[in-house]
Amino acid sequence: MKKGLIPLGIFVVLLIFLAIGLTRDPHEIPSPLIGKPAPTFTAPVLGKPGETLSNKDMLGQVWLLNTWASWCVACRQEHPLLVEFVKTNPLPIVGLDYKDKEADGLQWLARYGNPYTHTIVDADAKIGIDFGVYGVPESFLIDKAGIIRYKQIGPFTPESLRDKLVPLIKELSS
Amino acid sequence: MKFLVVLFLALQCAIGVHAKEATPLADDPVVEQRLITIAEELRCLVCQNESLAGSRADLANDLRREVRTLIRAGKSDAEIREFLVSRYGDFVLYRPPVKPTTWLLWFGPLLLLIGALWLLISVIKHNQRQKDTPVLDADKRAKAQALLKETDSSK
Amino acid sequence: MIPELGHFALILALLVAAVFGTLSLAGGQQGRADWMALARPGAQVLWLLVGFSFLCLAYSFYSNDFSVLYVAQHSNTQLPDIYRIAAVWGGHEGSLLLWLLMLCSWMMAVSLFSSQLPDAMVSRVLGVLALIAVGFLLFMLITSSPFERLVDIPVDGRDLNPLLQDPGLVFHPPMLYMGYVGMSIPFAFSIAALLNGRLDAAWARWTRPWATAAWICLTIGIAMGSWWAYYELGWGGWWFWDPVENASFLPWLVGTALMHSLAVTEKRGLFRSWTIMLSLIAFSLSLLGTFLVRSGVLTSVHAFATDPKRGVFILLFLAVVVGSSLVLFAARQGKVRSGGSFSLISRETFLLVNNVLLTTAAAAVLLGTMYPLVIDALNLGKLSVGPPYFNAVFAPIMTPVLFFMVIGSYARWKNDTVADLTKKLRPIAIISVLLGCAAPLLAGEWSALVAMGLTLAIWIVLASAAQIYRQLKDTVNWKSTPVSYWGMHVAHIGIAVCVVGITLVKGYELEKDVRMTVGDTVEVGSYTFRLTGISEVPGPNYKADRGSVELIKGDKVLRVLHPEKRTYFSSTMPMTEAAIDTRFTRDVYVSLGEKLEGEGKPAWAMRVYYKPFVAWIWFGCLFMAIGGAMAALDKRYRKKVAAKLNMDDMKGAAA
Repeated sequence: MKKGLIPLGIFVVLLIFLAIGLTRDPHEIPSPLIGKPAPTFTAPVLGKPGETLSNKDMLGQVWLLNTWASWCVACRQEHPLLVEFVKTNPLPIVGLDYKDKEADGLQWLARYGNPYTHTIVDADAKIGIDFGVYGVPESFLIDKAGIIRYKQIGPFTPESLRDKLVPLIKELSS
Repeated sequence: MKFLVVLFLALQCAIGVHAKEATPLADDPVVEQRLITIAEELRCLVCQNESLAGSRADLANDLRREVRTLIRAGKSDAEIREFLVSRYGDFVLYRPPVKPTTWLLWFGPLLLLIGALWLLISVIKHNQRQKDTPVLDADKRAKAQALLKETDSSK
Repeated sequence: MIPELGHFALILALLVAAVFGTLSLAGGQQGRADWMALARPGAQVLWLLVGFSFLCLAYSFYSNDFSVLYVAQHSNTQLPDIYRIAAVWGGHEGSLLLWLLMLCSWMMAVSLFSSQLPDAMVSRVLGVLALIAVGFLLFMLITSSPFERLVDIPVDGRDLNPLLQDPGLVFHPPMLYMGYVGMSIPFAFSIAALLNGRLDAAWARWTRPWATAAWICLTIGIAMGSWWAYYELGWGGWWFWDPVENASFLPWLVGTALMHSLAVTEKRGLFRSWTIMLSLIAFSLSLLGTFLVRSGVLTSVHAFATDPKRGVFILLFLAVVVGSSLVLFAARQGKVRSGGSFSLISRETFLLVNNVLLTTAAAAVLLGTMYPLVIDALNLGKLSVGPPYFNAVFAPIMTPVLFFMVIGSYARWKNDTVADLTKKLRPIAIISVLLGCAAPLLAGEWSALVAMGLTLAIWIVLASAAQIYRQLKDTVNWKSTPVSYWGMHVAHIGIAVCVVGITLVKGYELEKDVRMTVGDTVEVGSYTFRLTGISEVPGPNYKADRGSVELIKGDKVLRVLHPEKRTYFSSTMPMTEAAIDTRFTRDVYVSLGEKLEGEGKPAWAMRVYYKPFVAWIWFGCLFMAIGGAMAALDKRYRKKVAAKLNMDDMKGAAA
């Protein structure tokens, strides 16, 4: 009887893993950059030819890098939340216009609102790749020392803003 | 005669101009070959399980472009893989790295094979032993004794 | 009206299956003839009901009834007729109905071709299968009905995924499902044996043709899928170790071991526990595959659209079916242990060795497929396990199998000697090594892997040829040799053919990626390709750019190939239709890429492949299937044993 139970035992273990697997999303890729310094970048500012912004310019403050694009459907869901958010929270947000045409990007912001303290352009996705971006929108919360503390994969929801972002901002700002 | 030779040569040139050997799609076939070898073992991150070499997704095009740049800069295969892993994690590698979390994966089949062979040998040995020793358990032994006693007493 | 009838038929089917399934099983346990008598007619009624339901769905597709949600999601008024029918199984709900139809068809077959089996056995087998059908029917009716209606009826449907609009869709899924589901028959036979405690040579003789039949369907189904991917996807690959591909390959590996284990159980009454275990595992892997494809736990190109509720249901179903079968096995395993013995050098040993290797290979593939899930579940991060892993791990385990299968077919049952085997096989071994190592030189570059692959393939073929020759020459009446003997050799030679294909294509394939304008040529291998024109060609539901490419060898134009780039009206992604010229010793493959921006004449990206012996991969699989069919159709499986006292049965019952 004992030896015959081995296949059953193996099966039960397999079942447990499958059950846990049902609660996971195999498409989500967690970022290996959490706790590491944000990649250096110097990017052109949207709509202001000649001007650039670098990550060094953002040192000393807690800030959010938000990737977006005029062709991105999910961004239209997230954008109003960010516009609302900055009205009551003094968080500097840098918008990264990802693989977009400048004219389209400017038009989109004019139409849907602009919550960004700075907006930079990443036309060939080089900055995105450095940050490990694989889809839009994605956002990175970076602390005063320039270390990435949190990555939001996909659009923010009111819950994720309230439960994840706000407490972390408070913690990092103190 | 000379006229024919000239005509013949002229015709050759004309044909030569039209039938051209196609140029490789990539600017540098050597770099491209190395790109394909590296990209075949990398995952397209936005596809439903496709390699970076075969995918036509936007991000795949961008990542292939980055790898080409790194190849031209003289980076080794390991350095290129490290570039991608530091940004996207081990998920981007189709050949999982050998580290403590993957020991079971890489050594598992070997362990399974050894275990299976051990099982095999023990089954065969057990079978050999069964063949050699007469199987007579307590029940049968008692019966045999009883029968012997019977024949003894009947003598 | 029709969809409602189809839905109603499924509800009726559920009731029928539940009633006759329970009663047949109980009848078999208690020996009640009146309940057991329900089994065969029950299976036939079930088949009629499910078949009717399937026809209703097919009719809904054929008549473009977009009020049915499933039809609206997977069809379109411009979809050609044949794909409208094949679209029935193009999505999750419909493919479940196909699964169910296959199960009922196998049950029907069992009910019709089981006259030589005792009633108690048949009623148990059909009872178990009916209860499995109940599970699937519940799953469909509760979470995945294909007959859901839409309130707002769309004018036109969303269309079938262009990748699926291909003859492959007509044949590959039905064949594959026949194989997957067919593994439930030996499963049910094993459950029946565990329930009644009788597991003898007769049981093995009854089970064997069913296991072989399921294996044949799986072989053809997998080969078709591989071939379809090869000519459809445009990059010349034929196996990607994708989780869903693995899900079909695992039952095949275990099924192969099962067939051979059944051979030993039938011939010598040994390996009974092994055989039961393998048949339980084979079907469990089929069910696991069903779970993996539809639950969303693994990323795959084949995965259906998912819903967590469905995943939970299938998991419960998996737990109940497999769990109860394994509990039964643990409880009854003692009763079915084998007696009898065999010596170290015997056919039994080599079959056992190869079965162990096959099972280990299957375990390794399962490990690789499940590992990302395990690591994620343990919160240790996200991993990918892809072709580099599987190729590295699978080949070394399977190589000895190719070596031992020859020795196994030469060794005598029960007892043989090393000296005898060596005498017979040494000359063959030497010739194989010489030919195998010399052959790569003919192709150009010598490679150790190619040499090894060819050596093993030649080893198999020569050994089989020698045995066939000896059988024809030495046997007094070779015509009376059972057809299963020839079948074994055909199947084994099929494996060798497949190995040759895989070895040579991997060793010597060539690829060139070029930019071509009209008139340009490109050389690959000893062939030249000239692009002579590109034209726009309309299709029934797409628009295509069609290239004309001359295939030239030396200075002779062999033929004109027509690769296409299609844009379907329903999708924005363009699709390539590669043009392939297939010959006995090579495929030449041309794929049209994008139109390139640039100065001057319009240019196109083209990819040209030279694939030596690639068709041998699928021809090898075909031979394997033919060999299997020859083995399964052997007369001895169809003979009615009747009143004749079979010595094997008596011996088996006593052991």
